Amino acid sequence: MNAILEMQGITKTFPGVKALDNVNITVKAGEIHALVGENGAGKSTLMKVLSGVYPHGSYSGSIVYEGQERRFKGISDSEELGIIIIHQELALVPLLSIAENIFLGNEQAEYGIIDWSAAFSRTRELLKVVGLNESPETLVTNLGVGKQQLVEIAKALSKKVKLLILDEPTASLNEKDSDALLNLLLRFKQQGISSILISHKLNEISKVADSITVLRDGGTVETLDCRAEAISEDRIIRGMVGRTMEDRYPKREPKIGETIFEVENWSAYHPIHTNVQVVKNVNLTIRRGEIVGIAGLMGAGRTEFAMSLFGRSYGQNISGRVTLHGKEVDVSTVEKAVSSGIAYATEDRKTYGLVLAEDIRKNVTLANLEGVSKSFVIDDIRELAVANDYRAKMRIRSPSVFQETVNLSGGNQQKVVLSKWLFSDPEILILDEPTRGIDVGAKYEIYTIINKLADAGKGVLMISSEMPELLGMCDRIYVMNEGSLIAELDIAEASQEKIMHAIVKSGRR
Amino acid sequence: MDTRTADELQVSQQKTSWMEFVKTHFRDYGMLLSLLVIMLFFQVVTNGTLLRPLNLTNLVLQNSYIVIMALGMLLVIVAGHIDLSVGSIVGFVGGLAAMMMVRWGIDPVTTTIACLIVGGLIGAAQGYWVAYFKVPSFIVTLAGMLVFKGLTLALLGGMSVGPFPVVFQRLSSGFIPDVFGGEGFNYTALFLGAASVAVIIYFSFRSRANQLKHAVETAPFGLFAFKNALLAVLVVAFCYLMATYRGLPNVLVIMAVLIALYAFVTNRTTIGRRIYALGGNEKAAKLSGIKTERLTFLTFVNMGVLAGLAGLIFAARLNTATPKAGLGFELDVIAAVFIGGASATGGVGKVTGAVIGAFVMGVMNNGMSILGIGIDYQQVIKGLVLLAAVSLDVYNRKK
Repeated sequence: MNAILEMQGITKTFPGVKALDNVNITVKAGEIHALVGENGAGKSTLMKVLSGVYPHGSYSGSIVYEGQERRFKGISDSEELGIIIIHQELALVPLLSIAENIFLGNEQAEYGIIDWSAAFSRTRELLKVVGLNESPETLVTNLGVGKQQLVEIAKALSKKVKLLILDEPTASLNEKDSDALLNLLLRFKQQGISSILISHKLNEISKVADSITVLRDGGTVETLDCRAEAISEDRIIRGMVGRTMEDRYPKREPKIGETIFEVENWSAYHPIHTNVQVVKNVNLTIRRGEIVGIAGLMGAGRTEFAMSLFGRSYGQNISGRVTLHGKEVDVSTVEKAVSSGIAYATEDRKTYGLVLAEDIRKNVTLANLEGVSKSFVIDDIRELAVANDYRAKMRIRSPSVFQETVNLSGGNQQKVVLSKWLFSDPEILILDEPTRGIDVGAKYEIYTIINKLADAGKGVLMISSEMPELLGMCDRIYVMNEGSLIAELDIAEASQEKIMHAIVKSGRR
Repeated sequence: MDTRTADELQVSQQKTSWMEFVKTHFRDYGMLLSLLVIMLFFQVVTNGTLLRPLNLTNLVLQNSYIVIMALGMLLVIVAGHIDLSVGSIVGFVGGLAAMMMVRWGIDPVTTTIACLIVGGLIGAAQGYWVAYFKVPSFIVTLAGMLVFKGLTLALLGGMSVGPFPVVFQRLSSGFIPDVFGGEGFNYTALFLGAASVAVIIYFSFRSRANQLKHAVETAPFGLFAFKNALLAVLVVAFCYLMATYRGLPNVLVIMAVLIALYAFVTNRTTIGRRIYALGGNEKAAKLSGIKTERLTFLTFVNMGVLAGLAGLIFAARLNTATPKAGLGFELDVIAAVFIGGASATGGVGKVTGAVIGAFVMGVMNNGMSILGIGIDYQQVIKGLVLLAAVSLDVYNRKK
């Protein structure tokens, strides 16, 4: 089998950093090639070099594609040759229809006049290929993330794709949608389309990949061939982190005390559709030193529950009782929730968690400015000490606390968010997808921080779509489906099968 | 708490070289440098007229109201909004003051207080829609601009109203009297200048000492000393020039106090920090327990009060209220803030930048008028300077 793509000796430097150092990668025609590595290992940079976002001349090394050396000046050059990249943050226009999005910049037009019937019929064909059963006229904003992902792929297909690059395509998909997507990749493979798959989900990679290239600190570590022998997840992790990861979840001896936090009959309705009840009579308790998980599929209402609890940040007609240490607390505004000892680290760090243009220091103290100020005047030396303290304690990797958070990797951003909430000194910490999009090494560090919190006698409520993570971290797991808690499992009896079983059973009712 | 991080802090305290520091902080100094270059340019082409004491006094008086409004506009823009109505508020409040004092015989002090309150109420009325109803500020204040322009006309009946009592005129045309009784030279002006230099240097040394003690990255000492010396020389030279004329205008003192106050509020207070967070990421700010609506509301109230003050100063300067007062001021104010490096998307901007931006516009207005360039080409040149300044800033940020 010959290679469709060979990137040789790619080196790319940014002021002060060598992002890529002599990277080599060879993708054979008609294979699924996985690209793995911790955050900041250089995966995205490498793909930007390939697609021409960083034009020829801004890096050294050579790109040989379909047997010829290529010098892309921009993304349109690479697209013309069938190299299509689908970014993690989807690049669709929400208020345009599926058909309009698919042919955006590539309209089915003659002399600038769009032939809508051609566009619609082509769209229908493409949607059939990717298995998306929607009308071409549907607005993208009305689709879920999984379906939007499929629209992106259909868009790639419309451009005669030969090499499809997917950056974390399943990061925000539930298991069913992820499977569908992976099967689609397998089907493309049979049609001779090669793909490069960037993912943190190693189980998916071992499921579909033909070969795996591991990047670490901007260099190629190794390329593993999965056809010769099955590659275990542990084997991949060893390459990524440069050591064997004995256990993906740090050990903890739970010291669980009395119930400190109780939610009774919590209900919330959809913010626009008044009659849709999104959270239905949720009852939940957390004990001192306990890590409690909420499992469930995407759209089960977990985030909606947490946000409606945290200062009514979601929904309307919210009702229910919250007690902390046996006393009812007022959580009707975020400020009141925070001051009564509840913290909520959001699912989406960039949109809801951080002020990206500001530095680590200012983000850490944002939720508790009173803690570093005297009668409205900020004591900047004290603030700096606090920020430095958290930077050291949480191992936030940055030149200093004056680093703008926009320049941090996902794991470090999450550590800043956690620092912010720890500094507000909560009794109950709600963590919504705390490790989404974070590499293995940083995940372990985040888990360690969570364990320490529990050991310090706090209550932790952890929402996660990754079941192994919940099973590895929690002492007790609630299962949520369609807005209700449908099961409560002690960790001793919990398993992925039991959780799925509970969800399926409640769905059938 | 500090002991553990001491080692880590050492790392960041490596000696920063001059060039490197200037390079990384170019944006901070670039604006000031451009202002000085522009001033130097006009000083040369006007054969030294620009920095004559009389003209310097005029420059301050002409720009005071723009500078004062730029302080409020900075907060509005940092919070992620815009206020197009300030020019109309200047006209309306000026007109109201004129009616109160000239027609209704109310004393200047009561009038001043009432007018500031009215300014605040106008800001509140607009801020209410922006903050709590989420109507885009562009639209709300565009409406406000029309409404108050119309109300000014109605209030004054289309006529100019004046003149004002002498006490009120002093707001703009008065000077700080010389307590030392100098003949032809105002020693108080020089004394106040020297005193403020002393205060500034004291505080910057104290903060530097504090920073060094806590191992914060600081400017190299040479640069620090140079910066302070330059500032001292500029302030003293300025005050010396003013002293040879009539001393420090009252307005200058008001302006200086307000600049210092707003610089402090934006840099060091919780409310200032929260406004930046609100403009940087409203959702994150809200989920961090910040009352974003109230904060937005307050920035508009603040803007209204400052626009009211500017209206009083402008009316006092002309000694008459005209229906056309304040026309187009909003454009100068907004331009000043953007020339000063604020971001149109919110979250970024500095008080010093806005003040420098206002003076860039002011010096250009003044210099071009001395040169006899018509109002037509003045506007063309000002527009191009705004575009150039902001493009340069965007380019620098990308680098």
